[in-house]
Amino acid sequence: MDNGSGAPVDPRVLDEMLPYFIEHVGNPSSFHSEGFKALRAINKAREQIAALINSEPTEIFFTASATEATNLAIIGGANRYKNKGNRIVSSAVEHISTVNVCKELTRGGWEYQQTPVDKNAIVQLDKLDELTTDKTVIVTVMAANGEIGTIEPIKEAAAIAHKKGAYFHTDATAALGKISLDVKAQDIDMMTLSSNDIYGPKGVGALFINKTLRIRPVIIGGGQEQGLRSGTENTPGIVGFGKAAEIAKKEMPEESKRLTSLRDHLIQGLTTNIQEAHLNGHPTNRLPNNANVRFSYIEGEALILSLDDIGVQANTGSACAAKTLEPSACLLATGLKPEDAHGSLVFTLGKANNKDQVDYVIEQLPAIVKRLRAMSSITPEELK
Amino acid sequence: MYSDKVMEHFKNPRNVGEIKDADGVGTVGNPVCGDMMTMYIKVKDDKIEDIKFKTYGCGAAIATSSMTTEMAKGKTLEEADEITRQSVADALDGLPPVKMHCSNLASDALHEAIKDYRKKQGEKK
Repeated sequence: MDNGSGAPVDPRVLDEMLPYFIEHVGNPSSFHSEGFKALRAINKAREQIAALINSEPTEIFFTASATEATNLAIIGGANRYKNKGNRIVSSAVEHISTVNVCKELTRGGWEYQQTPVDKNAIVQLDKLDELTTDKTVIVTVMAANGEIGTIEPIKEAAAIAHKKGAYFHTDATAALGKISLDVKAQDIDMMTLSSNDIYGPKGVGALFINKTLRIRPVIIGGGQEQGLRSGTENTPGIVGFGKAAEIAKKEMPEESKRLTSLRDHLIQGLTTNIQEAHLNGHPTNRLPNNANVRFSYIEGEALILSLDDIGVQANTGSACAAKTLEPSACLLATGLKPEDAHGSLVFTLGKANNKDQVDYVIEQLPAIVKRLRAMSSITPEELK
Repeated sequence: MYSDKVMEHFKNPRNVGEIKDADGVGTVGNPVCGDMMTMYIKVKDDKIEDIKFKTYGCGAAIATSSMTTEMAKGKTLEEADEITRQSVADALDGLPPVKMHCSNLASDALHEAIKDYRKKQGEKK
């Protein structure tokens, strides 16, 4: 139940990809039939992905990851529009890949500000409005937070950016295929997209760039992807991403409904069966597949190791499971104390999960929490 | 990633609990950092006759606490003084580098408990 960290490739996606490893290996830049075949396959994927977010196919630029797409959007946008100003504004709950790109730019004289969020992790639009000035080049607010589950008001955030003449980028990695996205209706300038989060292969991402926008490339070379992302195209990966997008568009309405009901069952089961267990993030305005619950007096890594032992994979916002040894910046931004953030457990449900599995977690977790609390040096007497 | 030995001690920790009439108690760490542990010792004839721990923390924090109690039990205080973070980590077939300092505090808690015992003994004399 850790689909947000790594999900299986849909077998229908794999079937679509396989011919492009051995049979159709032409380089899309080549002027012969095999090259044209590859180019057609890539352009079909562009159409499939564009259909999922209501963009034009020519507005989709393939990259090797969502992280790379965000690098391209922010660094490429900053480099192109540096004459306008030197400010970048984001929310305080962005993915680390966005935060670190913005921080890197500060070494080159850019100013980077994070907009506070409320206790449910929703970006405070009045604060965003204050922080966005006529010197702001890019405003970036994620479409939904993959860790805490909260869906952000990106249409409203985009309107604020545009009012000040800034471009609006959104990281839709966690949202794609889970909630409906429409770059036209939401007035988005750039959107980061990821393949593996919609059951496509790893190693592929894409950036939507509104056709009126011209940014600078970050990876420079032979001029693929309209000059914005050089390097020979990963044809099988792109074909897989396209197929995954096509399936997501078709199946999302029903699957999201199913996941929402599983999610609510899980949250309800955990917060009622276990004392001092609290939901993190917004109770209703959240991703259909995300349940983030914190348990006081115990630490999240010990929880995920215990769950793994009974065959259930989950994630945590605890510092103890992070390379940085910092608790989740996103949980801290919602006002939680570090000791509360350490006890968080994140489930990201997926296609392969069913009610029996959720029931199993609801049944097993109380004993795990009890065992760790009994061992813990900070558990109050009445909870032992 | 953890060694099998760390996982074994995490799943079946030795000597969990408190000693109500402990001769020495030592607490180190901080819930803000995610790790906090308390060691309780019972001393007889200068030897650690019984030892128990309570730990709030990650897998490594719990496993190092368990291993420390196992290493200290039955040892003289002088021998127990020799138990270090490194010797606890070695006995567990190693710890991930990032865990060596943040979660490997159990030997420090043991030394605090011994210090507490010696201080109390000094007061009695």
